[in-house]
Amino acid sequence: MAVFALFAFLAVASAMVVVTHRNPVYSVMSLVVTLISLAVMFVLLGAPFLAALQVLVYTGAILVLFLFVIMLLNIEREAPGGGHKLQKLGAALAALVFAGLLATWFVAAQGAVEPVPLDAEAVALVPLARHLFSTYLLPFEIVGVLLLAAVIAATALARRGGTSVGEDEA
Amino acid sequence: MVPLSWYLLLSALLFAIGAVGALWRRNAITIFLSIELMLNSVNLSLVAYARILAVRTGELAAAHTGQVIVFFVLAVAAAEAAVGLALFIAVYRNRRTIDVNRQDLMRW
Repeated sequence: MAVFALFAFLAVASAMVVVTHRNPVYSVMSLVVTLISLAVMFVLLGAPFLAALQVLVYTGAILVLFLFVIMLLNIEREAPGGGHKLQKLGAALAALVFAGLLATWFVAAQGAVEPVPLDAEAVALVPLARHLFSTYLLPFEIVGVLLLAAVIAATALARRGGTSVGEDEA
Repeated sequence: MVPLSWYLLLSALLFAIGAVGALWRRNAITIFLSIELMLNSVNLSLVAYARILAVRTGELAAAHTGQVIVFFVLAVAAAEAAVGLALFIAVYRNRRTIDVNRQDLMRW
């Protein structure tokens, strides 16, 4: 209970910082906090493997990539005064309504499910691995090909010069 | 032990925050970060639903299916981030800015 409350609060607070802070480096850093809080939620829900993946892949790889690109592009702080006051008020209001709708829909669809304490069987890795490498073997291979395609595409896009369209001379 | 629907509430809240960020901000990097936030809140709800299904049916295979789907979402998110950031680099090289208000070549 206390663990859930603490990390839920951390996740929401740092998510707010992600969307409101003008400096993208701080946004990335607070997204790290959000993602690690979500990893804790995964552990509470009996998915320790996903929690480890979340920390390794998201905070370890993807967000480092973000930081790398921010530093590479030397992005300045967003100019203040972008957008009207009314627009911001509307966005906040829309967010509240949207979250409320989603929440009521979730609860109405799901009802209150009493939690069952996790046992060793529920968090065992072997059945999960067997599932992944038998039932979902084909999607697994396809994801491998997709990652390879993404690597090639990213290198081709970020490459300077060559025959790419619209390169500049600077 | 907290009720399992609380995780869904947290997920809805995070998704709403991410959606507002994606609509509101001008900086392409921050918009992308908001989209990652939305993606992660959906992951949380997937894991929560998987757990709910496992509790309801008493079969752990249900939970494993949900977790495998989250695994795939993580992999696709990694690919998407790599390609998206490479696109930002290409745009920045041409336009010297990634402010989305100033990317107006295709606007009419």
